[in-house]
This record gives sequence, structure tokens and C-alpha cells, in this order.
Amino acid sequence: MALRLPRIGTSQVAALVLILAANWMVSPQFFDIRMQDGRLFGSLIDVLNRGAPVALLSLGMVLVIAMRGIDLSVGAVMAICGAIAASLADSHSLPVVLAAALGAGLACGLWNGLLVAVLGIQPIVATLILMVAGRGIAQLITEGRIVTFTSPELAFLGSGSVLGLPTPVVLTLGMLALTLLVVRGTALGLMIEATGGNPRASALAGVGTRVITVAVYMWSGLCAALAGIVAAADILGADANNAGLWLELDAILAVVIGGTSLFGGRFSVILAVVGALIIQAMNTGILLSGFPPETNLVVKALVVLAVLLAQSPRLGGFLAGLGVLFGRRP
Amino acid sequence: MTRSLNRLMPVFATTAVFLAGFVLCSLAYPNFASLRVVMNLLTDNAFLGIVAVGMTFVIISGGIDLSVGSVIGFTTVFLALAIERWGVPPLAAFAIILIICAAFGAAMGAVIQYFELPPFIVTLAGMFLARGVSFLMSTESIPVDAALYSHLSDYAIRLSGGARLTVPAMIMLAVVGAGMVLLHLTRFGANVYALGGSRTATALMGINVARTTVLIYTLSSVLAGLSGIVFSLYTSSGYSLSAVGVELDAIAAVVIGGTLLSGGYGFVFGSFLGVLIQGLIQTYISFDGTLSSWWAKIATGLLLFAFIAFQQITLYMARRSRLRPAGVAQGVLQP
Amino acid sequence: MPNDDSILLSLTGFSKAFAGFVALDHVDFTLRRGEIHALLGENGAGKSTLIKTMTGVVARDAGTMRLDGVEIAPRSAAEATRMGIATVYQEVNLAPNLSVAQNLFLGRQPTRLGLVREREMRRRAEDLLAGFGLSIDVAAPLESYSVAIQHIVAIARAVDQSARVLILDEPTASLDAHEVEVLFGVMRQLAARGIGIVFVTHFLDQVYAICDRITVLRNGRLAGSAPVAELPRLDLVRMMLGRELSAATAQRPPRAPATDAAPLAAFESFGKAGTVAPFDLTLRPGHVVGLAGLLGSGRTETVRLVFGADRADCGRAEVGGQAVVIASPREAMRLGFGYCPEERKTEGIVAELTVRENIVLALQARRGAMHPLSRREQDEIAAKFIRLLDIRPPDPERPIGLLSGGNQQKALLARWLATAPRLLILDEPTRGIDVGAHAEIIGLIRDLCAEGMALLVVSSELEEIVTYADEVIVLRDRAHVAQLTGEAISVPAILAAIAEAPADAA
Repeated sequence: MALRLPRIGTSQVAALVLILAANWMVSPQFFDIRMQDGRLFGSLIDVLNRGAPVALLSLGMVLVIAMRGIDLSVGAVMAICGAIAASLADSHSLPVVLAAALGAGLACGLWNGLLVAVLGIQPIVATLILMVAGRGIAQLITEGRIVTFTSPELAFLGSGSVLGLPTPVVLTLGMLALTLLVVRGTALGLMIEATGGNPRASALAGVGTRVITVAVYMWSGLCAALAGIVAAADILGADANNAGLWLELDAILAVVIGGTSLFGGRFSVILAVVGALIIQAMNTGILLSGFPPETNLVVKALVVLAVLLAQSPRLGGFLAGLGVLFGRRP
Repeated sequence: MTRSLNRLMPVFATTAVFLAGFVLCSLAYPNFASLRVVMNLLTDNAFLGIVAVGMTFVIISGGIDLSVGSVIGFTTVFLALAIERWGVPPLAAFAIILIICAAFGAAMGAVIQYFELPPFIVTLAGMFLARGVSFLMSTESIPVDAALYSHLSDYAIRLSGGARLTVPAMIMLAVVGAGMVLLHLTRFGANVYALGGSRTATALMGINVARTTVLIYTLSSVLAGLSGIVFSLYTSSGYSLSAVGVELDAIAAVVIGGTLLSGGYGFVFGSFLGVLIQGLIQTYISFDGTLSSWWAKIATGLLLFAFIAFQQITLYMARRSRLRPAGVAQGVLQP
Repeated sequence: MPNDDSILLSLTGFSKAFAGFVALDHVDFTLRRGEIHALLGENGAGKSTLIKTMTGVVARDAGTMRLDGVEIAPRSAAEATRMGIATVYQEVNLAPNLSVAQNLFLGRQPTRLGLVREREMRRRAEDLLAGFGLSIDVAAPLESYSVAIQHIVAIARAVDQSARVLILDEPTASLDAHEVEVLFGVMRQLAARGIGIVFVTHFLDQVYAICDRITVLRNGRLAGSAPVAELPRLDLVRMMLGRELSAATAQRPPRAPATDAAPLAAFESFGKAGTVAPFDLTLRPGHVVGLAGLLGSGRTETVRLVFGADRADCGRAEVGGQAVVIASPREAMRLGFGYCPEERKTEGIVAELTVRENIVLALQARRGAMHPLSRREQDEIAAKFIRLLDIRPPDPERPIGLLSGGNQQKALLARWLATAPRLLILDEPTRGIDVGAHAEIIGLIRDLCAEGMALLVVSSELEEIVTYADEVIVLRDRAHVAQLTGEAISVPAILAAIAEAPADAA
């Protein structure tokens, strides 16, 4: 088993800085930020704004993965909650809309959590069910159409700004703070890391692993709901077919880039968000550099491979062996 | 004998679901129960049936392959470009793409085996890669006008009542047949089951686990390539966005077909029925005319849940009965 | 001896060290043709390391091995099998989902034109098993049969691959008496064919029932080897557990009897079918109860029931005079129980978390996630116990996996001491740790006891048990068979109780 010393995320931050610097090389105005109508504009703000949905998803995904789980359904949950928000937006007040959409997200998380914690189904299988059916449910809600709305209150969540920052960015920061408060302000973070690191030992030490499992999937559902609301608010409508499509994969990627092992244990919420920003910065960079946007997927594939190989127990052993060879203590 | 029959239970359940579904559809729409509808079912789902066979091998061995949809997309784009732009004869293009797919699958299998990484994430990278490369080659839909294509799509064995057994359907049936032989009647097939049963035990029994793993993913990618060829024949075009999400349909078909997602149990024929059940749902919806397409996804999800819950309960019961206090020695012992 | 024709397999000077810990220290082992040879020893004695080095699963550091006089050095289990040394493990290493016939012939099925000749394979499977007195449906999956039959199938596969040496690693652990007889029949038949069998078990009755010769390992060394007839039970148990008895007996300090204290917890007819027979157990404040017995005798099973890690299916439990149901570790903790398991790595530590986090884990779990210990409180608790137990290095922020076994054990003790338990259960607290830490942990047990904590300690270090226990319960074959108190506690008395043959087997 590879034991790592506490991470401070140097490599992730370095990667982000490097990518931003590369973006600046291909587009010298990259760091230019201007104020217009009380809102900040610029490529950097754009990276933050567009990275918001994946960053939101990664906040839930990082906890699920730390518990040795995975949540494949977040994209579909985004679609469901976006659809609910969009269909209610013009007939109900904002609190009702939000409560309905967030409540749906929590319910989806509860379903996943019960399948995993109570029925004992492997996470990848349990969440696959909602991944397949969820999009159908979303289409059922929108009746297959793209539901549009005009409610300015909901639209504000997607395209408005608070103190100059786009609302999605503010929401993400708020959710990041809330997640940190929930996991680090209480002992949940410790219990999640203990359970992911050694479930049997944790259960024998009295950690209520089942309850925590359900709670973590519900948090993932909540984050996905918020991401779905933001995505719907941004385009003033809900597209059940395409909302959140493949974003579960980006969220998993963000978590893995953020250094949390797919085998559970230690996690970093902040670095998962950094991971999401790295992905978005790459996307933006590829666009700015004039490469076809299609290059994106290829680059992502290579990044996944590189990060995985770096995490692989085999490669780790190999490198440690090299270290010993060259006289460095591992 | 009953012990052997037990193992076939899930396939019986799938068969029952399919037959019940077919009867229900026939009662609702009198002209549903025709050879023609059945043949169309085969033709329309041929590409899915072919990948589902490969997916069955992967899942029985305890793995998963998320890249198959992208490999189909890549294949259609490659074929369209090779035939239309680069002037490669269609048959040669078919051969080349199958070789490329084989190399791709072998590479994924090797990474999974030698770096001890979870198959789902490795094939996820494969999915990005294949889709990305096909985007890079072309983002437009490219029609294929090769003579062979029109010959092949016109060719069909005519059956009574205007039913036609088309080339895609024939290929799928052949693949299903060959898959059944390979999985159930060869040493390789037994090794696939053994891997899903216990990886360490398989290695201790002297089976070459690395070679088997690489071969399994190679097979899955080659079948995805063949499925891409069929898809390309079926649509007479190549498009980088084709077959998005097919991996999920294939996994669903395999599970509905009675294969255990954690590996070790399953049948190619079950996956074939799983594909037909999904096709049946689609056909029913198109016959109905008022029902919307999303019901297909919801129904598939419900079926998935039902089968997974069924499997979980069976496993639980089996475990309980095995944990019974010792003393109930099964079988005939003659000391 | 080297020219003895009857010698089938001989190992000389086998040594193996893992990261500085010596698991095997110059062990010699000789197996003769047609011999059933018991390999005995407690956990950590080196049995499994010897088997692994013999079969090439683990590379040995030193030693030579001769099979039929020819020096061999297998590098993997598969290679060892090809050379004629086959192993059948307790957890049968076959594919449970495949049919019996496929398991027997996997990788060497009869084929025609690439297709497996199913009928021919079944016929051969039936013939092969008939040779072992087994007539079953070979087309059925292996897992639908009892463990006994699975073992026979595994043995049949090994023998059919021309095994000359057969290693059976605790094959009888989960079999009932009838099944054991069937297996013994098979073993005798194989021995009669000239196959040498290495039989690992912890049931002494079985050793005397079937074996020709016994080799005992202790702490990685050869403790002795003798024909069964020359090694009576008491000597055998002493060989497995004992050290220098004269030195040990002198260590028991005189103690005031504490039996008058009101019981903290009392268990009556407590037990679980197939795990441990119903037992009575009374635990008092300031009182140490020791559980002694051989490996597999039901020691760990007993304490797991007491802590709710497994659920008892019969009997009653009382804590502080109140009837209670202990259905989970959480409920046991609420009653003030703590449990340091034997398997430190898989059930004790969370390797990648720090020493501080490992220490506070149980206390935090009892308080609940919503009442977190502040970082300052955590630091104080960690610092206090690191100082108190002398955990080294004294760095609370070091991942616990990087500490030595002894220091990991101390940190686990700290985890429970931090919860201020009324009853502390220790399962092999001194296993696999260095001598210095041994003494410290024993000293600690005495101190805790003096402070009024009730202790329940499992240990195979009998000399240690007699120095701190007020009461010793001896277990054999998953049942509590003897109870020693006060002055009656001595190493010879415990050994005698362990070695005593059950009445019905005499």
C-alpha cells in the first residue's frame, strides 16, 4: 500500500498555473479582466464560470470516491433537477422552485445511497440504474421538449452577478465553503477518510459507515441538483437530452486529478475543485489556441491516462524502486 | 441435474420477459405478431447485438468496457473517410479498421492488466480517446456511396410476408452463434468464467491471466469495430457522433440478459435476448405513436433495477444457505 | 540420512525476512514418501511463510530444496505444481462459479478442433472423483457443494497433475466430523500411493488421528520434529507454546483476590452456532480474564461476540445488572467496551491516516460526527498518549502505516484508552512486536487493571498470561473447556488443559 505524506497539492496548483500560462501565451489578453455593467468579464472569469457545473459535481463526487464509491448518475440527476426547475420557474416562486429541484436531487442521492449501503450493490452498478433511467425521467418531466422559462429570478442564478462575479462562481464558492464546513467543521471528513481507508477497522472503531454512505450519496445528489439548476438557469431552459451529458466523467476526472485515489481514503475538496478548473482551463486553452474544440477529448484521455499511471500501485512501486536505486530514501 | 438448471434461471427469466412482452405487444397491435416485425427487430438492433456479445465476455470476466460506443463512432468515420476520400476499397477498409480496433482493445487490456487499474476508468479514457480522434478526423456526417454498400444493403433473404433477413441481421446472428461457441465450448471461454469467479485462483491454477485479459478486451473492441461496420452499412454514412451512449445500452442488455455485473455468470444468448427486449420496447413505442421515446429509458432502467435486485437476492440466499452450520454435506459421500 | 531412499522432499536452512522482521530462520524440513506430516505452530510461527517459500509464491532468502534428490527452485505456484508440489488452501483456490469438471481440467480440457469435449471431460471427471469415493454431478458449479467436497476436488486436480508432494493448508478448519473422516480417507489413500502430504492444522486430535510425523515451528524457528508416537500431547503443546518453563513460573506476582468486586458484565450461555459453543463469562472491574488455547480454538470468536462484531444467537448478556443486547460494535462502545483486534493491519489501523487521527477515531465515533473534537483537543489527546505509551517516533502527524508493529499496537491501545472504557478487550496484544514493547504493554495491562478497568485478554503467550491474569479460561475446539483462578493459574496447568484429549476421542 502506498503511503503518502499529507498533500499540499503543489502539483495540481502547478499544473493549473502552467495551463493558465500556456493560455496566456496563445492568447495574450487571457488575463485581461474588465468591469462592465457591474460585472467582471475576461477569459479567466470565463474559465471560472464555465467550470462551475463540473466543480459543483466534483464537490459531491470527491466524498463519494473517498468512501470507495462512485456516482455515475450525477449527469442524469442534473438533467432531472434542471428540468424540474425550468418547468416550475414561471409558475412558482423561487424558493419553491429551488426546494423542489434540490429535494429531487437529495431523493436521487438517497436512492443511490440505499442501494449501496443497504442492498450492498457495488456503487458502479447501483448508480448505473439512475444514470440510464434518470435521463428518461428528465425527458418525462419536460415531455421531450426543451422547456424554456423567463423567470428573471431563476435566470439570475445562471447569468447574473454578485459583487462583479458571475452567480455560478459565487454559488460554487458558497457550496465549496459549505462542503468544507460539513466535512472539516464536523468529524465527517475524518470518518469518511477512515472508512474509505479501511472499512472494517472503521466499523470496529464504532464509525457508522452505513449512515455516512447514504449521507455522502445524498450530498452528491444535492451538488448535482445545484449544478443542474445553474445549467438550466444559464440557458433559460432545460434540455433533458443534453444537460449534464458526460459531466459525471468530467467530475470523476476532476476528483482524480485532485489527487483523491479511486481506491478511497484521503481526499481534498479544494483540490477536486482545482481539478475541475484544470479541466476547464484546458478546454478554454484549446479553444483560444485555435485548435478544433474536438481536440479536447483526446487531451482529456491523455490526462486521465497520465494521472492514473501516476496513481497506479505498480508504477508507484517502480518509481520507489528507482528512488532507492539512486540513493534517495522513499 | 437441478443444480445445472439453477444456473440457467436468469436466462429463463429473460426469455419469459421477452415472450411476455411480445405477447402483450401482439395483443395490443394485431399486426405486431409477424415475421416482418421480428426481422426488423433483428436488423434495427444488429449493431447493438454485436457489441453486446463482446460486452458479455468483458463483464463475465469481471470487467467493463465503456469505450465501445466511441469505437463504433470512430469506425464509421474511418470507413467513410477511407472509402470516400482516400479511395481504399471497402473490403480492405474493413480489414484495416478491424486491425486498428484489435490493437486498441489489446492496449486497454494491457494497461488494465499491467498497471492494475480499474477497467472502468481505463476504458473511460479509451472512450474519450476514440471519440476525440473521430471528432478530429471529421465533425460532419459523411455519406458513403460505394457500390458494395448499396449491394449489401439491398441484399436480403426474402421470407414469407414481406419479411427480409438483411445482411446486418445475418452478421449479428453469426456473431451471437460464434460468441456462444467461443464462450461455452472453448478453453478460452472457461478461462473467462474462471477470471470472473476468482482472479487469484485462476492464476494459481496456472492459467495465463494476462493473456486472457488482453484477449478479452481485444475481442470486445474488435466486435465494436464490426458493429461499427454494420452501423456504417445500416446508415450508409460515417458520423463522429454516431452511437453515443451505446455502451450503456449494451451493458443494460447484458445485465437484463442475466449476466452478473460483478462477473462469473452469464450467457451470450441472454445478452441477445436483452438486446431484443430493448428493441421490443422501442418497437412498441413506435407502434403506439402517442408514447414518447423517453419511456424506453425509464423502462430499461426499471428492468435493470429488477434484474440487479433479483441477482442481489439470489446471491444473498446462496450465501445464507452456504453459511448454514456445517453438517449438511451435499452430494453423495462414500467414505 | 541424506542417502535415505525414502526421503521425498528435503529443505535445509530455509530463511526469509520481511523488512527486517525474520519470518523464517534456518528451518529444515524433511518429508518422506507416503508420509502424512503435520506442520504445526501458532500464528506468526512461520508455517505459511514456509509453505509460500516452498511453493515459490515468496522468494526465499537462503536455503536449498531437493525433490527426489534433485535440487529445485520454483518461482511461482504454477511452476511448483508442474514440478510436483501442489498446495490446497483453506480458502479453496478454484473458481467457485465453474463446474466441478471445468475446475478439474481448467487449462487442460480435452479438446477436438479447439472445442472442449464436454462429455469426455465429464466422463474423466467422474472417473477421477470415483477414485476418491465421490459420486457427484460434475456439471454442477463447484460452489453448490460443501467445502469438504470442494477440498476433495482441489486435491483431485492436484493429484491428477501428477503431484508427488501435497500441501494441505488447514483443510479441516470448516468441516464437520463426518467430512473430516472422508477427507482423512482420501489422505490415507494418497499416502498409500506414495504421495507425501504436509498437513497444516490446529486440531491436535486430528494430528494424532492421522499423522505419522510432526514438525513444530515457533517464532520462525524449528522447535522440533518427531514421529507422532514419540511426542505425547503435553510435550507437543509445550513445544508449540512454551518457553523455558522454569523462568516463566517464577514470574507470577502474588495478588490479592478481587473476586468480591461486583461484576461489570456477565454473559450466560452466550454463543453462536458454528462459531463458539455457549459459554459463561463474568468480567469484574480491576480483574483480568485471560483466554488461552490454540489457534482456531474459539478465542477470537469469543471476544468478537462480546464486542458485538459478530452477533450471538443464544444466551444472555448483562452489563451493570441490566440485560443488554450487543448487536454491533457501536452498541458495545456505548456500554463502555473497547476492542483491539488481532489483525492489526486489516481490522485495526487505517494505514494512511495519521497517528493522531487513528488515536481519536473511536472517541470521535462515540461522540458522533456532529460533536467534533477540536484540533486542539485532538492534539492534546494524541500528545498525552504518545507520551504515556511512549509511541515512537513521537510525531502525531505521521501516517500510522509507517510506524513499527509495536508502535501501531500502542496507538491502537491509545485509541481505546482515549474512550476511557470500562472493559477493554485485547486480542493478542503482543503479537508480532519487539521484546521491549512486549514488556511495556504487559506493564500497561497491569496498570489499567490497578486503575479498576476490566480486561479480557486473548494471548498465546502463556508465560505472559500467568503474570497478569486473575482468571484463565482455556478453550479447545471452539468451546470453553476449563477455568483456572488464583493460585491454580500456571503454565503447566494451562498446557495440561489445552492438551487434554476430549473424553469421546480417548
